Amino acid sequence: MDDILLLEAIERYLSGDMNAAERSYFENLRKNTPEIDQMVVEHSMFLHQMDIYSVHRNLRNSLQTAHSRLLETGEINESGELTTKGKVIQLWKKYKRVTAIAATVGGFIALVISGLTLYFSPVRNGQIEELSREVATIRTYQKVQNGLIREVDNKIPKGGTVVSGGTGFLVDTKGYLITNAHVLKGSGVVVVNSGGQEYNAKVVGIDNNADLAILKIADNEFEPLKSLPYTIRKSGADMGEKIFTLGYPRNDIVYGEGYLSARTGFNGDSMSYQIQISANPGNSGGPVFNNNGDVIGILSTRQAEAEGVAFAVKSKNIYRMISNLDDSIASRIKMGNTHHGSALRGMERKEQIGMVEDCVYYVKSFKN
Amino acid sequence: MKADTTEQALLKGLANNDSKAIETIYKDNFAMVQTFIMQNNGTYDDARDIFQEAVITLYEKAQSQSFVLTSQIKTYVYSVCRRLWLKRLQQMGRYAHADSLEETVAVEEDLEMHEKRNAEFAIMDRALNSLGEPCKSLLEGYYLKKMGMQELAAEFGYTNADNAKNQKYKCLMRLKKLFFAQYNIGD
Repeated sequence: MDDILLLEAIERYLSGDMNAAERSYFENLRKNTPEIDQMVVEHSMFLHQMDIYSVHRNLRNSLQTAHSRLLETGEINESGELTTKGKVIQLWKKYKRVTAIAATVGGFIALVISGLTLYFSPVRNGQIEELSREVATIRTYQKVQNGLIREVDNKIPKGGTVVSGGTGFLVDTKGYLITNAHVLKGSGVVVVNSGGQEYNAKVVGIDNNADLAILKIADNEFEPLKSLPYTIRKSGADMGEKIFTLGYPRNDIVYGEGYLSARTGFNGDSMSYQIQISANPGNSGGPVFNNNGDVIGILSTRQAEAEGVAFAVKSKNIYRMISNLDDSIASRIKMGNTHHGSALRGMERKEQIGMVEDCVYYVKSFKN
Repeated sequence: MKADTTEQALLKGLANNDSKAIETIYKDNFAMVQTFIMQNNGTYDDARDIFQEAVITLYEKAQSQSFVLTSQIKTYVYSVCRRLWLKRLQQMGRYAHADSLEETVAVEEDLEMHEKRNAEFAIMDRALNSLGEPCKSLLEGYYLKKMGMQELAAEFGYTNADNAKNQKYKCLMRLKKLFFAQYNIGD
């Protein structure tokens, strides 16, 4: 109890709440008791830190408030471009009545434009190939290998046939995987880890435009990981950056390496990179890592007539896709802090592979 | 160039945490910083973080007694953001290819100061957050919101102010222990 009183006295002394008599008594006490003197100095320092902390916290809040308000009014915007969501809201408020007519006209124009785009857009077929493993190749594999390998814990229901295969990788320790949308051609999906263990999975989100899909391992046998060794990059990557990938062009995991050759993908597609790497059917959906072990993209297609030219969807699209998911799912996916960097930084490649291997899965899409 | 009177008024407003001044500074400068960062491998979120750090640095400068801002707010904020962002890029093992197109001023000293402040802020933040409830809210109520002991006792449901004071004392001792454990190492 004495300590409490003493502290109260110190606080009153420091805030100047003491009257003259108390003050001189206390100052005398300080002079004669080094312990008390020390406590006063220490507490004064601490209170000062508290004050600075308080002021800074308020300032941070004010900044955040200003940011949200300006975002709402459209005076700042996410893309940094001139047309903004905020402006749209303002316009909406102003011109609510006109919009009905405008919408009709707009709808018509949109139809015309999409027609024109379809008509004029380059034919992708034949020029680029998706890298999922198609029915035929897999069937022949199956004929030879199925009897021998992992029939033991096959999760594909009786009568089901694998129609396409690809690669996927974990973005969350609880079993959320990213793969390419075009890998999922069947009616169900199972995933297999590099050790051959098969798990049931379900599709929780598909974005055909970005060619991405999110799977969730839904299997009691799956044990969540403690942490992911890599991070998923939100920002862009540099031309010339060395890259590597892991994937399943065969039933076993295969390593490949190369470099980032252009900041855009096929025909200037700004959602992907061009990379130089040997990629084969089955590599689709595989993670593209840089030297530090950050995921910078998702390997998805290759150019048909050129050797080693492949394309990877930029990793930031993963964030965009997840934020577009239903909130109840999106809030469950924790992709970790991108600022801390990956745990793989500075390691030798062999070690890096050893650590990420367990997070890269063979994705089998089946039909029954 | 000496900052003109509008700029002085803005800085004064910032020093007093005036929302109008903060919003004006935000509105006048954010787009510039956003363009710079997004053109240099950054994202919108990076731009927001870096810009806010810069305004806090400016605030700290406006607070200090020896305060003189010898450049325009715009130039100062841009210089700080540029410095902070290049550093961040370097930490990520990347580089920026853009040469500065805008005028910049030396901000190294201010940034050193700011980094120290930031570290102190983080220590206090960690200490407060590891206290748990009701300690955290009780101390925040008393020291940050400057609420009286009576008021706090009523809010937290203590039967009287003395009991609340007792609890506050115990919490404070824990907080100080947590804070100084880190703070001394930092020195």
